[in-house]
Amino acid sequence: MPKDVTDVICPFCGTLCDDLIVTVSDDNKTILGVKNACAIGAEKFNHQRLPGRVKLPRMRQADGTYKNISYDEAIDWTANMLVKSRKTLMYGWASTSCQAMSIGHEIAEKVGGIVDNCATVCHGSSLIAIEDVGVPSCTLGEVKNRADRVIFWGCNPAHAHPRHMSRYSIFPRGFFTVKGHKGRKIYCVDCRYTDTAKCADEFIQVQQGYDYELLNAFRTAARGEALPDTVGGVPKEKIIEIVEDLKSARFGIIFFGMGLTHTMGRNHNIDIAINLTRDMNDFTKFAIMAMRGHWNVTGSGQVLGWQYGFPYAVDLSRRDQARHQTGETTSVDLLNRNEVEACFYIATDPGAHFPVDAMISSSRKPTVTVDPHINCTTEISDIHIPVAMVGVEVGGCAYRMDNVPIETRKVVDPPEGVLTDEELLTKINHRVDELLAKGGA
Amino acid sequence: MMSEFIIRNGHVFDPVQGIKGDKKDIAVKDGKIVESVSSGARVINAAGKTVMAGALEIHAHVAGPKVNAGRWYRPEDKHFDSHKKPGMTRIEGGKSIPTVFKTGYEYARMGFTFAMEAAMPPLYARHVHEEIHDTPIIDEAALPVFGNNWFILEYLKNHEVENTAAYIAWVLRQTKGYGVKCVNPGGTEAWAWGLNCLTIHDPVPYFEITPAEIIKGLIEANEFLGLPHSMHLHQNDLGNPGNYKTTIDSLKLAEGIKARNNFGREQVLHSTHLQFHSYGGTNWGDFESKAKEVMEYVNKQKNLTIDTGNVTLDETTTMTADGPFEHHLHGLNHLKWFNVDVELETAAGIVPFIYDPSNAVFCSQWAVGLEIPLYAKDPMRCFITTDHPNAGPFTRYPRVYSWLMSKKVRDELLNGFKKADKVIGATTLANIDREITLYELAAMTRAGPAKALGLSKDYGGLKPGMNADIAIYNINPDKFPSTGPEIEKAFANVAYLFKDGKICVEEGKVVDMGKKQTFWVDAKVKENKQVMHDVREKFLRYYSVNENNYPVPESYAPHQHIISVDATQ
Amino acid sequence: MNTVTLTVKNAPELFLECENVNPDVFAGKKADQIAKLGAFQGKEITTLGDYFTIAGEAGATAAETKIVINGDCTKMKYIGAKMTAGEVVVNSACDMYTGSWMKGGKLVVNGDVHSFCGLAMAGGEFTINGNAGNYLGAAYRGDWRGMSGGVLRVKGNAGSDVATFMTGGEMIIEGNVDIHLGTHMEGGKIILKGNANRRVGGQLVKGEIYVFGSINVMMPGYKPVRDVDLEVDGTKAKFTEYIGDLGERHPKRKGETVYGKLYMKQ
Repeated sequence: MPKDVTDVICPFCGTLCDDLIVTVSDDNKTILGVKNACAIGAEKFNHQRLPGRVKLPRMRQADGTYKNISYDEAIDWTANMLVKSRKTLMYGWASTSCQAMSIGHEIAEKVGGIVDNCATVCHGSSLIAIEDVGVPSCTLGEVKNRADRVIFWGCNPAHAHPRHMSRYSIFPRGFFTVKGHKGRKIYCVDCRYTDTAKCADEFIQVQQGYDYELLNAFRTAARGEALPDTVGGVPKEKIIEIVEDLKSARFGIIFFGMGLTHTMGRNHNIDIAINLTRDMNDFTKFAIMAMRGHWNVTGSGQVLGWQYGFPYAVDLSRRDQARHQTGETTSVDLLNRNEVEACFYIATDPGAHFPVDAMISSSRKPTVTVDPHINCTTEISDIHIPVAMVGVEVGGCAYRMDNVPIETRKVVDPPEGVLTDEELLTKINHRVDELLAKGGA
Repeated sequence: MMSEFIIRNGHVFDPVQGIKGDKKDIAVKDGKIVESVSSGARVINAAGKTVMAGALEIHAHVAGPKVNAGRWYRPEDKHFDSHKKPGMTRIEGGKSIPTVFKTGYEYARMGFTFAMEAAMPPLYARHVHEEIHDTPIIDEAALPVFGNNWFILEYLKNHEVENTAAYIAWVLRQTKGYGVKCVNPGGTEAWAWGLNCLTIHDPVPYFEITPAEIIKGLIEANEFLGLPHSMHLHQNDLGNPGNYKTTIDSLKLAEGIKARNNFGREQVLHSTHLQFHSYGGTNWGDFESKAKEVMEYVNKQKNLTIDTGNVTLDETTTMTADGPFEHHLHGLNHLKWFNVDVELETAAGIVPFIYDPSNAVFCSQWAVGLEIPLYAKDPMRCFITTDHPNAGPFTRYPRVYSWLMSKKVRDELLNGFKKADKVIGATTLANIDREITLYELAAMTRAGPAKALGLSKDYGGLKPGMNADIAIYNINPDKFPSTGPEIEKAFANVAYLFKDGKICVEEGKVVDMGKKQTFWVDAKVKENKQVMHDVREKFLRYYSVNENNYPVPESYAPHQHIISVDATQ
Repeated sequence: MNTVTLTVKNAPELFLECENVNPDVFAGKKADQIAKLGAFQGKEITTLGDYFTIAGEAGATAAETKIVINGDCTKMKYIGAKMTAGEVVVNSACDMYTGSWMKGGKLVVNGDVHSFCGLAMAGGEFTINGNAGNYLGAAYRGDWRGMSGGVLRVKGNAGSDVATFMTGGEMIIEGNVDIHLGTHMEGGKIILKGNANRRVGGQLVKGEIYVFGSINVMMPGYKPVRDVDLEVDGTKAKFTEYIGDLGERHPKRKGETVYGKLYMKQ
């Protein structure tokens, strides 16, 4: 008899929905169906059963083809690589559990690695801004229960966080928001009319690259100071009208994404949006939140935070201190400048996301990639080590976009013989200890 | 197979047994203090040294979401600071907010064996426990916050003490929590609308309950359950000139209530970081100390305990569930402000702060923090903290001890202030001759906190049968160091730290991780259908996580020390 | 003044961390002692002697010590960092953190410098006879205390995020800058002789910025108030005075708001 696993946490995006119901075969090996997930989340569970799962490590041959090797061989090769390299990039982590990250950090400390996560090409800009000016924020339940003004600035949850609007930000009826979306005014600020804009009450089209200037104009208007006629394509009358409306809110929230993190100025765009939010707290209650992408990039930031004091780009190569400087200890810069000698990728796909020059540089160095599947990165690595899918085949802690921690569940068994990230990293850690005791590689 | 030790010829200070510095041998076997050991026991020479039980930290912010936000949003706090100390240690970092590794090692190096995380938002409990799990050596526990929780506000509005108690018991079990913490009662819920409650009679928006009702109700619920610790209160109106009146009003709510528990606890209310709540004057210009008045009341009321919250005059980071206070502080110093409101439960705020010794107000706060313990008549009811990291980093405890134990050391600092005259005029510290003795220090940092936490049976003392948590300092009571730096150095690096009968630190160097445990309280109550119905309903309608994903899984606390309480009678 | 001359003999394969190359660390040392000072490449601990030939000896104090560096320093970080006195002359381009946290003395680089140079400069004179990267004279990550004193002069162009969180001192850029000049400034003086792309003085609380060239897009929070005749770094001209950033908080003195000032040369 198939059985239903309830309260399942979706391991795809930062919305971290925890109300999924997954139907599983009697023998615990196959997922038969998923309820409540969005299309992306459902796909993550459903593709678990597709044929062609990689079950053994693969090693690149001289002719570019891959040959299967044993886990022990792969672990030994990896440990040797790590011990020998003077500076190793250990990047990814955003799709694995906090428990696994912790073991990875132990290894990084011993071998002098740099631990970086997907924020480095995503919300790293937001983290820089928060490092500079802090952030007034809240949990998603506060938005659900209190918010009567919601601004989506430079983000498109309709595509990237599909259930966000129904679970938290537009439609739910909460304690103080019994009218649901009818009691909220929704703004969407973007350079193009997105599917999210279709759900908004008002769409403001900002000239591409002018978000910083427009936010500056909002702050200027909030202080009652004079404005130029238009800013970023938005007339000053509209700016003043919006600011007055926001001041009359009971609880306002700004959600933002790549429209701010990846346009001109990057962290400065978020920095000034945070300052606007802070200014609005002089008049009413306002909060701001980053729409984190990967389901556990926030978790990587948290574990790095409590173990080393920084949220990403943590350089442990000096081994007696942890250092952090975006632009120096960040993955793309390290690769572009050829500042590392080896690469270890886990729970991510930089081959698909990083600038091409950085990956060309990466492909020239000894590289190990740990991932359940073949992806762009595995095909330019020396070794690809398969592991279980976290949140599907093994559980582990994850942090939502508002930093709320939720323990993901194991729903089915991993393919026979496939290790979990925790098991693999533990074995690598142990092998590194053996090599270091012998006096290096 | 645990070892046997005999700690020979040390000067023992143990308020539990009334030993005031006599030379006594302490025997350790299988993790406990025993009457005697065999001749095969390892001898630890403690001649000319001070021997006390391991210290207990009763209130610090060391594990959890706001602590971590403080860490990662302040890279500059690690700048030029992270350096590994010799021993088997992981990388350490963070001046005002240490990383978890540094936290465990530094507490152990100072002779501490237990720390209480002062405020755990229940929704984030998993995060708190992940950090506790990664903090080495010391035992830890965490206090979930209740003072702005929607369940509490609704139950106490109708004075439903039994429902309140049932809900508290449920939360303790879900979050593996230790007791009842109450921060800025009502005010932090008001803060979700940008408002606050500054006196104990200001009603909470919508919920229409007052802080006074919340405080009283939580004390009553705590005693109904008979928990090991008392209600632990951070009063309204923290940090504002003139707030001492609200403080005394809050403390008065405990009058007439008797402690009810099987753990030896005598207080019904623990008032925390009292320094921040003992201010007179009406503004920063006429700011003055009211520590004397507040301590007059505390000394009279035997059912209270307090901790100091000493300002250390450092650059540090303030962080508290008193969300509106942090917004206010940010308005004063304009430094980066971090805030998070937590649905149905609480909030937190963070702002860096520089207690510049050239500023008269900060120096007066420093003086207030010292006056409080110096006026305390019963050192078993007054504990030393810095509300880490709010008034200063916990690594400054040795410096705080030096100010309390030597008038010469503190007067030197006081008279050397740029605005010394103003500071002396606004406070009474200059007129106090008292110097805290080693015996009193042992009460204020060991026996007292252990008793207040309901742990006095096994912790905070050196009586045979108790846990072998022992700190040996390089301090000869007959030749007590006379300079500040010497006192600090002696308290900052133990000669030996025993934890559960194992040597974990030797001459300030970590040599063993020991076996750290997570302490929590499992209170059994009668089945309460109303509360379980309310829980179910609130999760379905208002929370953003499912009820089944709320509890802390067992794997997060691999070594649990569970204290059971039977409140079904 | 004693001079120590360093000549590069081996290039680092990765990047060399040269936090020991400054007058304060060299003070009181002879060539062979200097050669034994640590230099770091990732986790590998090497010595300065592995990468440089060293001639001469240092003075007794930093103030009496001059360091001259010849050869290719393009992959060397932290040269001259934290110096409090003395002189350093580098006849090469340098990498990151050159002259960062400088408190005094004189540092001259005859070449380009990379990013994060002159961070939180507190005193002394730092001259770059070349171009600078990003974050020149800015604050360290998360710190609100940037450049607070001294004089930093760049003969060529500088990149983005120049003088972020500046609180004092003087910075002169003879070429152009990209975006975000003087963001979050709370004091100090910036003189830009070339052009700026965009976002000059964003979120500025207090301070003065003089721009001789053009700005592609003026911040909305700046409004022109009057014309003034000024002499700036040897040039006499008429400037339009703007006050701003009107979207930001500003201190008050005697009840009057003290705005930041942006002067555009006419």
